[in-house]
Formats: sequence, C-alpha cells, structure tokens
Amino acid sequence: MVTEAQVKNAIPTDQELIDFVVREARLIDQQRFDEWLDLYADDAFYWMPLEWNQTDPRLTCSLMYEDKLLLSIRVERLKGARTFSQKPKSRCHHVLQTPQVDSRDPAANNYVTWTPMHYIETRMDEQTLYAAWATHHLSVENGTLKIKLKRVDLINCDAAFGNIQLFM
Amino acid sequence: MTRYAGNAAAIRALVREQEVHRDVYVSEEVFQLEMEHMFPNSWVYVGHDSQVPNPGDYFGTTIGTQPILLVRHTDGTVKVLHNRCPHKGTRITSETCGNAGKFFRCPYHAWSFRTDGSLLAIPLKKGYENTGFEQSHAASGMAPVRHIRNYRGFVFAKINDGGLDFEEFFGESLSSFDNMIDRSPVGQLKVAGGVLRYMHNCNWKMLVENQTDTCHPMVAHESSAGTVVEVWKKAPPGTKKPMAVEIIAPFMSPYEFFENMGIRIWDNGHGHTGVHHSIHSDYSAVPGYFDKMKAAYGEERAKAILGENRHNTVYFPNIMIKGPIQLLRHFKPIAANKTLVESWTFQLVDAPDMLLERTLMYNRLINAPTSIVGHDDLEMYERAQEGLHSNGNEWVNLQRLYSPDEAGQTNVAVNGTSEWPMRHQFRAWTKFMTMGM
Repeated sequence: MVTEAQVKNAIPTDQELIDFVVREARLIDQQRFDEWLDLYADDAFYWMPLEWNQTDPRLTCSLMYEDKLLLSIRVERLKGARTFSQKPKSRCHHVLQTPQVDSRDPAANNYVTWTPMHYIETRMDEQTLYAAWATHHLSVENGTLKIKLKRVDLINCDAAFGNIQLFM
Repeated sequence: MTRYAGNAAAIRALVREQEVHRDVYVSEEVFQLEMEHMFPNSWVYVGHDSQVPNPGDYFGTTIGTQPILLVRHTDGTVKVLHNRCPHKGTRITSETCGNAGKFFRCPYHAWSFRTDGSLLAIPLKKGYENTGFEQSHAASGMAPVRHIRNYRGFVFAKINDGGLDFEEFFGESLSSFDNMIDRSPVGQLKVAGGVLRYMHNCNWKMLVENQTDTCHPMVAHESSAGTVVEVWKKAPPGTKKPMAVEIIAPFMSPYEFFENMGIRIWDNGHGHTGVHHSIHSDYSAVPGYFDKMKAAYGEERAKAILGENRHNTVYFPNIMIKGPIQLLRHFKPIAANKTLVESWTFQLVDAPDMLLERTLMYNRLINAPTSIVGHDDLEMYERAQEGLHSNGNEWVNLQRLYSPDEAGQTNVAVNGTSEWPMRHQFRAWTKFMTMGM
C-alpha cells in the first residue's frame, strides 16, 4: 500500500480527503508509526479532549494535547528496549464509518472531515472497545495532504480508563 | 475463612519493622477491614470547598468505599452526608455534582432532606403515625459525618468517633497545604481544569508508596523520560526548551539527585520528598507572577513561599499533593486489587493563567490514562499485584536505609532514597487498623 498522501491537483477532491483519513487509520493499525507521523504537519496537534464538547485545550485538561515533538517521543518510546508496558506489545484495530467532508475552504487551505469510529486496543488477555468521533483538519503542503489537527472525541471521554497506549 | 477479623494480633503480625506480609495487598479480608476500621478511624480527604461554592451545591465522592456527599448548607458551612436515603438506601443524587436547591429529594419515594441531612418531609406521613417512627434510624434523615474539618478550603472527614482529633492527626504536615495555598497572592485555591480518572488493577497502597519511591523514576521511566531526553538532544542548538521537556526530563535525574533531595517524616504516616530541591525546582519563571507575590507578601516572604520545592507530600491514608504545581492525587480504594486514581488540579486565585496551563500539562503528561509515564508505573503495579501470588516469598521488603531507632521519631529529614516513609505508613496503618479492635 502506498503511503504518500499526494493530491493530483492543488485542491483535493472529497475522495482524496476520505482516502487520506482511511489511510491514517490503517498506518496506525499496521503500526507503521514513522510513516504515520509523516502525515502530520510540523505545527500539528493531536487532541483528545477530557470533557464533552470541550472548546479549550489550554485551561481545561485533556487526555492528550500533543504537538509533533510529543508524538515523536511516543513513537520512539514504543520502539524502546526498556518500554516494559509494551512487553508484550499492544495491538489496535479501527473500524471507520465513511469519513464525511464537513467543510472545504481552498482559500484558507483548510479541509475538515468527520469520522465516527470504533477503536479496539488489546494487550495480552485484555481487549477494550472505544467509540469515538475523529475530526481531521487537513491542508495541502507541497502537493501532499497533511494533518494540522486531529481531534478524537470519545463517547465516554470522562470515564475512568485503564491504559490507552496507542493512537485512536 | 476469616483470619484477621477481630484479631488485632494477626493484623499487627502483617507488619514487621523491615517487611510487610503480602496479605496487606492481596487479601480481600484485609481490604474489608481497612474499609471497616482504618478509613473510618482516619481523617480522609473529601474534596475542596470551591467545588460547592453556593448553598445547595453538592459533590459526590467516597470515604473508603462508602458513598458520601460534600454539601454547602443554607447557612454557608460545608457538611458531609452519607449519600443514601434512610428509607431504602437509594443514592440520593443523580449527578456527581450539582445543586439541590433548598433540599434533597429522593427520586424513589420523594422523602426530602434539608442540606444538613435532617428529614424535611415524607409523603403520606400519616402512615407512620403511632409506629414509633421517631425512634427509627430513618427518622434522623441522611446521616451526617460528624467529624469534619475545612482546612483553608480542603475538607476532611472522620467517620468514627474514636481516633485522633484533626490537629493531632496531621500535626506539622499541614505546612505542605499551607505552602500550596500561600502560592496564591490572595491565599486561595480553586478546583480547575477537570479531573483525570485512571483505573488501576492493583492495591491502593502501592500507589501511595510509589509517591515517595525515589529509586524507581530513572529505571521504570527510562522508557518515557529517557526517550524525552534522547529526542530533545537532537533539537537544533539554541531551541527554547519546551514546557513538556521541562516537566518530564527531570524524572531521569540520577540517584544522587534523589538522595540529596531529602525526605521528611511526620507523625501518623505523613511525609514528603523534596526537602532541599525537587523535580519541580527548575521550571521557567512565569512572567508577572513574582511581582504579584511580592506585592501581596513582601519580597522576603514571597521568596520563602516560592523557595519551597516539596516534591510529593503524602497524607495518610490516601492522598498526595504537589504544592509547587497545585495538584492533588486521590487514591480511591475499590477492591484489594482495584484502585481509582483521581488527579485534581487547582488554580491559584489571582495568579497568571500560565501556572494553571503548566499544571494541566503536567497532569496530562504524567497522570492521564493516556500518559506514557502513567503506563510505566501501572505496568509495575500490576506486575506486583500478580507476582505477590507467588508462595516463594510472602513478604515485601521495605528495608532501604532502615534504622532501628526510627519508630516514634517525627519531623526528621533523611536521605531522599530512604524507604522510611513506607515503613512509617505501615506503622500508621497498623495503628488505625487496630484502633478500637
């Protein structure tokens, strides 16, 4: 499977946006984390709110609100010889509804998709199902789609969870 | 089979000077006795009064495994009530927090109660006439917890009548709360930012012990903090160190750093790490903050308040606070092998927002179920909970830097890698478990 997120024209088609979101989930499921990280713009954020309908990532706590540096630290950690919480490793699985293109703004180079999903993370004998909506804010950089912001809203964002170790 | 109920000698035998029996972590019977004796005999943290600012406001939580409500009564004081209807036991409130108005109303049979718990009205009251209802348990309404103390906003409760009074229980350890609160230019904190809730399949005491365990960060957190250090080395020279790196990298400090930071021991299982310095010592200054503190307290006092860098202060039995970043972790027991960890954050009233921003970043990087540092710790607790079922050795070792004369000593500062705080917690554990047995 190709990993490039190149678009044919300066303005991506709806299908190209949809393919991109689906491909991102596949890279996570296949644990191709370096390729996955390349999908993110340098100033990107990955945001998993703690509150229902949360609007502020700064003065309200989140489960995750991470820039590319922190995401790259996570990816490096997953490879570490002394990362004991990943011995044995977790695996994960996404089931996506077809992403819907919520807004297209070529002038601002901003495209937003909305994707309901089920996400399963498993390690040893435990398997946990999460339900969430992923919102992708995408833009085209040098002919390639990049994620500016990925927001993952869990249906039970305020529940008490055990470890969530991979990426939704 | 009961081995420990009503048997103070058997409970005392679980705790030796330098080791404790695994049953303190794995036995459901011991856990039930903790709920019946140790928690009710202790002053247990309930919540902060900023969570219930207005009359009728309530917040539902637990003492041990018992459901309780923190309530703002109509006279402006806070009350702690057992959260069950005296009629059939129904939990009174639907939401974790909210406003009851002038009275609580049970959703099952519409019995109603004033915000101090007293019975207000029962529909068809005639049905209780000439039944001796006035003498029933139900007639007294939602039972209040009688012993409560609001210490500068932090509310504690003791369920049993016996035990120590508040001042005797906490003694000099309250200085850590004072320092956290004094960091506000107006001496006031407010719960802010939301609570992180993280489920742990391990005994609650493993979490408490870990708060003063300074020999694990550079080992267990090599995967997270060590990776931060390595990734940050590759940043172009001159790049400003991000807040996240300032927060996580100090977990990789060498043994000498933790040895020299020191640990202080107080009575009744309380104590803190970071007598001289801590992992919070070298955070960047927040613009405008010191000026506000100087204006409020004068330069000398402001420097003294901000010069304290206490790392983790453990309040026996089940909370830890971080004064320098206004964070409180509540280790809530659910079963011998299950603990809910709540991590609460506070805003310093009248201080710059950036302090709260940093506190929230710390909380999500270190204490969230999505935190790589949290993953490191939980893996160790769960492995211990499992490993303790081995019959090869029934004892857990707490011997590091043991000294035979330490029992009974208080307000002493010792080497920062000592396991004295853990031994001390278990001395208090035995005391409050067997008190009144």
